[in-house]
Amino acid sequence: MQRTFLQRVATTSRTTRSSVVRSARLARCLSTSRPLAAPTSLHTLTEEEQMLKESVRRFAVEEVGPKVREMDENEMMDPKIIQGLFEQGLMGIETSAEHGGAEASFTSAIIAIEELARIDPSVSVLCDVHNTLVNTILRKYGTKEQRDKFLPMLAESKVGSFCLSEPASGSDAFALQSRAVQDGKDWIINGSKMWITNSYEAEIFLIFANVDPSKGYKGITCFIATKDMGIQIAKKEQKLGIRASSTCTLNFDDLKVPEENIIGGLGKGYKIAIEILNEGRIGIAAQMLGLAQGAFDKAVPYTYERKQFGQPVGTFQGMAFQIAEAATQIEAARLLTYNAARRKEEGLPFTKEAAMAKYFASVVAQKVSGSAIEWAGGVGFTRETGIEKFWRDSKIGAIYEGTSNIQLNTIAKFIQKEYS
Amino acid sequence: MRPSPARLLNILVPVKRSIDYAVKIRVNQAQTGVETNVKHSMNPFDEIAVEEAVRLRERLKDAVKNITVVTIGPTKASEVLRTALAMGADKAIHVEIPETPGPEPLGIAKALKEVVGREKPDLVILGKQAIDDDAGQTGQMLAGLLGWSQATFASKVDVDEVKGVVTVTREVDGGLQKVECKLPTIVTTDLRLNEPRYTSLPNIMKAKKKPLEKLTPQDLNVDLTPRLETVKVTEPPKRQGGSKVESVAELVEKLKEAGVA
Repeated sequence: MQRTFLQRVATTSRTTRSSVVRSARLARCLSTSRPLAAPTSLHTLTEEEQMLKESVRRFAVEEVGPKVREMDENEMMDPKIIQGLFEQGLMGIETSAEHGGAEASFTSAIIAIEELARIDPSVSVLCDVHNTLVNTILRKYGTKEQRDKFLPMLAESKVGSFCLSEPASGSDAFALQSRAVQDGKDWIINGSKMWITNSYEAEIFLIFANVDPSKGYKGITCFIATKDMGIQIAKKEQKLGIRASSTCTLNFDDLKVPEENIIGGLGKGYKIAIEILNEGRIGIAAQMLGLAQGAFDKAVPYTYERKQFGQPVGTFQGMAFQIAEAATQIEAARLLTYNAARRKEEGLPFTKEAAMAKYFASVVAQKVSGSAIEWAGGVGFTRETGIEKFWRDSKIGAIYEGTSNIQLNTIAKFIQKEYS
Repeated sequence: MRPSPARLLNILVPVKRSIDYAVKIRVNQAQTGVETNVKHSMNPFDEIAVEEAVRLRERLKDAVKNITVVTIGPTKASEVLRTALAMGADKAIHVEIPETPGPEPLGIAKALKEVVGREKPDLVILGKQAIDDDAGQTGQMLAGLLGWSQATFASKVDVDEVKGVVTVTREVDGGLQKVECKLPTIVTTDLRLNEPRYTSLPNIMKAKKKPLEKLTPQDLNVDLTPRLETVKVTEPPKRQGGSKVESVAELVEKLKEAGVA
């Protein structure tokens, strides 16, 4: 008997769906720390991820919380906070246990970054750059010797810094001017880096310099250097936001780096930077997401306490609608971020999704933190409550690790490829 | 005379999954209890107990042979066991019971007596009370059932594993009391005993590999049927505003009116 069109479609979609489910299940079995069950919502975390979320939350609220204002006013990260991050194992999240890390999932890093940002985006970015940029480069591109030497240091006590941007090259990163010239078994680096996060506290630096300008971007090479090799920390920027996060200019004046400190091989710097910034994007998305959530969590309970005209201001419909909209946008940013993270874990391409997450989360962070100030009224405008800090901190989200225009460019290119 | 060898201590720490201390609790619709669809975590006094066990190991090193944590609770209670393992316990036992009816201190003490019979600990450290029922009975009942000594409301615990003696400073209404108990003994923890550590990520990952044994009340030959029935739970009456008086005479007048003086 001839099957109807609908019956045939039903069978096809059943087969397709079950094979998708099977391969998703297989992918889940093959990646680390994944629940072995039917496809789950993006809210589902493994037991370890859930425990980490609660633990980092507690640490952030109890240890970081009381120091946030002071660190912001002084534009200085408290060394005890950094020590606390190391002690909690938050500086070697994906690093293998053999190298002193926690061997946890990428999503675990994202969770930690988000939870820290809910309390202080400055502390969050320190943890983010250290884990998603510095640690990951060593893990992915380092030789066994380099991994054995540097990963334990980075997991236990030394802060890392990622040095790509220069005074003349930001978005146009690969027009960088720092030069590295071979001298026997060493390389001599000359040049400057600007806008470098963690630079004041870091002891380990990943420096991108060009060994052969005639080759253009193909000469760019990644060198790992330690502070005692003679890196000069120059001007520390005075910023609008994330003030406790150090952002300095670095000068290399005949900086001598041994050839065994080249990561990934000569001329591989471009590839390393491009790939790593992809992942780093998801980290920043998580930071912005946490920021938005933190501002929301500070302002909204206040609106249910503050009474005007005989009722809590948060219960006026106008306010309630704004609050509901903000909550919706945060949720959307959350799903973009966690989906990009899970796609990466599954081994699926995630460049477009990462760009979308970073772009959108930075927009939501600005909007929600701005609204949070207004919801809290005059009190929101004072520095005492810490709500305005989130708004100042959020501005950088649209700028670093790829400006919003660069993100939109990236997304547009994917769409052009798909649709034309 | 040869000195007696140092005892290798087995420590048992019973823990309870209770409503998180930060939650704003509300009475449920049926007025039989509080709303339980809220955040739960390990009872804070039990966290202090786990922390004390881990600190004892840090102080006495090899003299502490094993730290076992046990919970008698519903399926979700395994979360608190994982947290305890991440804090430094070696293995966990989960005696699984249905979510309702909730267990009672005497039933728990009887179940723990059986667990003690199996695990043979030298020291059992419990939280002084659970923050959901505030009963404050389990540790004491367990000591009674076992016929062991007990030192409750501990604010300081010192173990001499060579002599087999525990010296505990207790916080009592009159001040501080120091008691000495011979092992095996029961200790219940008070707030100022220690500040529990955060579970670091490496320890959370290590906890995955630690053993977790599942048992039922039948395995322990114990009946956990509740003996109490909660008749009604209501919120306390809303606080009435007071008033200010101008003089002592007026105060006395008002007190007389209220029938208090």
